[in-house]
Amino acid sequence: MLRFLLRRIASIPLVAFGVVLILFLLFKSVPGDEASFVAGATATQAEIDAIRIALGLDRPLPEQFIRHIAGLLQGDFGYSTTFRGNPLPHILSRIPATLALTASAILLTIVIGIPAGIIAGANRNRWPDLVISFSVVGLLAVPNFWLGMVLIAVFSVSLGILPSFGADSILSLVIPTLALSARLIALVARMTRGVVIEELRKNYVRTARAKGLGSHAILVSHVLRNVLIPTVTIIGLQAGYLLGGSVVIERLCAWPGIGDLMLTAISVRDYTLVQAITLIFVIGFMLINIGVDLLYRFINPRLRYG
Amino acid sequence: MADIPAAAPRRFRRTHNVYLWFGSSLLGFFIFLAIFGPMLAPYDPTEQDLFALLEGPSATHWLGTDNIGRDIFSRILAGTGYTVSIALSSVLLAGIGGVALGSVAGYFGGKVDRVLSGIIDLLLTVPNIVLAIAIASVAGSSAMGLTIAITASFIPPLARLVRSKVIELKEEDFVAASVTIGMSHWRILLHHVLPNALTVIIIELSLNAGQAVLIGSALGFLGLGVQPPAPEWGTMLGASREFLTVAPHLIMAPGIAISLLVLAFNTFGDGLRDFFDPNLEK
Repeated sequence: MLRFLLRRIASIPLVAFGVVLILFLLFKSVPGDEASFVAGATATQAEIDAIRIALGLDRPLPEQFIRHIAGLLQGDFGYSTTFRGNPLPHILSRIPATLALTASAILLTIVIGIPAGIIAGANRNRWPDLVISFSVVGLLAVPNFWLGMVLIAVFSVSLGILPSFGADSILSLVIPTLALSARLIALVARMTRGVVIEELRKNYVRTARAKGLGSHAILVSHVLRNVLIPTVTIIGLQAGYLLGGSVVIERLCAWPGIGDLMLTAISVRDYTLVQAITLIFVIGFMLINIGVDLLYRFINPRLRYG
Repeated sequence: MADIPAAAPRRFRRTHNVYLWFGSSLLGFFIFLAIFGPMLAPYDPTEQDLFALLEGPSATHWLGTDNIGRDIFSRILAGTGYTVSIALSSVLLAGIGGVALGSVAGYFGGKVDRVLSGIIDLLLTVPNIVLAIAIASVAGSSAMGLTIAITASFIPPLARLVRSKVIELKEEDFVAASVTIGMSHWRILLHHVLPNALTVIIIELSLNAGQAVLIGSALGFLGLGVQPPAPEWGTMLGASREFLTVAPHLIMAPGIAISLLVLAFNTFGDGLRDFFDPNLEK
């Protein structure tokens, strides 16, 4: 277990290096002169040249890359025009908001998705199943940001009971969480339904029924634990969606996370900041996947001892 | 509870494939609109009527008008082409790229596989939409930039899928037989291995098309996609955001249009899967 964990963590710097290289090449291909962007529209040629030299943009690309890597190792993500310096502290200060949003989306997914899937699976082809399966197909087709807009129109504009933007109270979290988790809830419910239907056909269920256990007891004490593994799998597979979706939802709801910052950076062409945030997303994505793998081993003994 | 239904006969599942019928009809409808939509539109989609701003649905403007008096129904019709063609072309390009990378890596193995798989795995560590946003910010805000961004974010997962399928097929007897009669490896790959992987690829691509619509409209909403005044649905939603308090009806038509198109691609993909593999439980 420990060795597995260490090996996975050791792979982070390696992958991060590769991603940094790809991002570096991607953003170096942006048309236009980088020094002029940084200097701004009113700068004189002398000022632009001074900035070019100060940021090392006059050097050959390989040298720039090595400096970039050396900077990253010291926690220096480069010169961000938005913050006039290293953007790292500003990015870090925004991470808790993004974490809160994604964590509450995962929580809501578990609380709604698993029960919905169990109800649908246990009542296969009867009305609860039809209602849930129909909702699943619908939720998978609806864009998350549009769902958020509809929720804002209903609960903020018409009814006035939920705030539509910002992060002032716990209520501010409701609309972004619902919009972000809808797709995950649908996926988990669909997967859970399939697992329940499959498990109910198995011999152990017949045995449990034969010894006189009721339907509810069978579901809760036997089938439920088999549902956990695929649920964790789905959340792991969709971690990328969760992080990417948070970018869009944060912009919609003015939620002060790193996704919102990334879009601000794009709109002012602060590519240093865009690059830095993308890297943070990649590291976050890898950490979530390591966490999911650990959880996987924890709930599935076959993997732990295999 | 726990009733065990008898498996439906294969032919029944094929002809009574509700998903496939529904998905392909809806998809056909959208493709029809994509081609003929601009001709059917009652108004010019960019024509402004400053005496009819933010109007609700009426007999003259079926779906109402936007903030500068443009007819929303006409804009939805004219916008179908953008969304459908961006989704289809990015999925097609991603299909070509993913199949090329994945099949070469899977079939030839060894060093080629290690290099290609390394690149694929690296790109898979960047969350799909984040990658698309980063690329769109570089490629520029246009239909072309949008297509490149979506394509690039779809290639890595597809390449991985094709690779594993090709590795599986490579062990089949017909490959060994082809080698024995002296057939070249490229010929075996193109004429014998890939056709057998085609079903899996087509199903995956049709499900990806739904995703492409979602990502494309999200980028449009964020202002990174097709630029106004073009009536792309995501872009329309982005523009209607600031009128949410005064004219919430503006968000209905584009949102429903996007959802229906995604629904069409998703059910078509699910239907195809049932059609080719009726024993597979979803």
